[in-house]
Amino acid sequence: MSQTDEEKLAEFEARIARGEKIEPGDWMPDEYRRQLIRMISQHAHSEVVGMLPEGAWITRAPNLRRKMVLLAKVQDEAGHGQYLYHAAETLGATREQMLADLLSGKAKYSSVFNYPTLTWADNAAIGLLVDGAAIKNQTMLAHCSYGPYSRAMVRICIEEGFHKKQGLEMIIRYAQGTPVQREMMQDAINRWWWPSVKMIGPHDSDSPNTPVLKRWGVKTKTNDEVRQEFINEMAPILLELGYTLPDPGLHQDENGDWRHGPIDWDEFWQVVRGNGPCNKERLAARQKAHEDGLWVREAVAAYAEKRQSVMAEG
Amino acid sequence: MDHRSALIVKLLAMADDELVLAHRNSEWTGHAPILEEDIAFANIAQDELGHAALWYEIVSALTGDNPDKLVFFREAAAYRNAPLVELPKGDWAFSMVRQYLFDAYEMVALPQLMNSTYKPVGDAAAKIRSEELYHLRHTMAWLKRLGLGTEESRSRSQQALNDLWPYALQLFVPVSDEHLLVEAGYMPDAAALQTEWLALVQPFLQECSLALPPHELAPGDRFHHTSYLAELLQEMQSVARLDPAAIW
Repeated sequence: MSQTDEEKLAEFEARIARGEKIEPGDWMPDEYRRQLIRMISQHAHSEVVGMLPEGAWITRAPNLRRKMVLLAKVQDEAGHGQYLYHAAETLGATREQMLADLLSGKAKYSSVFNYPTLTWADNAAIGLLVDGAAIKNQTMLAHCSYGPYSRAMVRICIEEGFHKKQGLEMIIRYAQGTPVQREMMQDAINRWWWPSVKMIGPHDSDSPNTPVLKRWGVKTKTNDEVRQEFINEMAPILLELGYTLPDPGLHQDENGDWRHGPIDWDEFWQVVRGNGPCNKERLAARQKAHEDGLWVREAVAAYAEKRQSVMAEG
Repeated sequence: MDHRSALIVKLLAMADDELVLAHRNSEWTGHAPILEEDIAFANIAQDELGHAALWYEIVSALTGDNPDKLVFFREAAAYRNAPLVELPKGDWAFSMVRQYLFDAYEMVALPQLMNSTYKPVGDAAAKIRSEELYHLRHTMAWLKRLGLGTEESRSRSQQALNDLWPYALQLFVPVSDEHLLVEAGYMPDAAALQTEWLALVQPFLQECSLALPPHELAPGDRFHHTSYLAELLQEMQSVARLDPAAIW
């Protein structure tokens, strides 16, 4: 590394230490850029793939209000994907390349979207638990050192707040509902609890990217810290409503923290590596939308080109 | 049949059109050809759903049946939508051409519905019209891109238009005793609307390099559906009917 680069790095780290935001044209280490593109595109892909599990229930929502809310929610997810792809583009990534990496399996998306949505109550569980876990992570990322990512997170967190609220509203209603609703809700909680706890990411000791991401202000908390906040919020809500949680080791310690029992990380890594219950189905759905849409995108490009040449002649 | 019964049938026809079309459009959410369209088309579906709710509320005020009961506990044979909206979503050209033909129909119907002598209809039409302007603008932009884009997009759009045109014409077939509603100034005259609609869509389709199919009505009508509607409703009503005592 040349003297100049060392100076640049020192200045970059000093800016972060002062709490300044790094903006698109600013000098940044290649590794900072690489890590951010990886994180932001993974986050964008999670929003886009994340439309699928709940999207499958829009046509089956049990009343007009729930249908409207779910449709708006899944639409918000598409919107979040769009902001995030734009945020990654400010670092030099292109949407085409990011999508190609998603479809080839090179880029990841949140492991949690590789589980099936088996009943209507899964939408409630996803709203409270999956969106709840995502909000914990995103609230932290709203403080991150990269300006475009941090600002996207502020906006996304506001909408995610509504997503969580509609999930909680259903969970409360079904706790006081008919036996069919209660059982359906308990079953959904049983299936979504662990995937939500795990989606926050591996233990700090198994998270190789965390130290550098913390030093550069991308992450301001470790996965275990975020997970603790999540469980502290969710366990009392669900237990209070009379639901049970599928973790026999769950207990409150002397500091008031809700501690989880052992986590089956092998299962998590299996899902991350592509062997979850729905990995193939999710990617196949994206692949199909991409292939079916090819002639449409070609038409859009051809029309734009024709119009441009007409305008140039005129 | 009296005015009230005729009005209920007509309002159900209007509500069911919006509901069933919203259902088909919502099937694209998460599967659209570009991400921007996952957003835009889901938005249109939400608007249609909202419009359906407005019409159902007027029916509800007349009959006492709440809108959710009308939607989730009515059999296919009692639905009054035009078969146009129940046809499967098809490819992107099919969905865009259908939405355009329907938006253009609403665009000619709404200004007249705003003048309805039945006040709840006039009020609802005024709310709906501002949103429909955007829908029509959006689908017109798509028809231009598809009609004038590539040979493939033009031929798919032409095929869609050929398939949809006989169904779109059914939008202008009056329901039973609709003449009572026209005479009372509740509803516009369907034949006059069709003339206005043709004057709007014909030159535009030509501009998009799409040829007008022959003027033939498809089989079936608002009282005789395709088998697609029963399948669609079976899906739509599946959760609501799991436990009729439940409030979701």
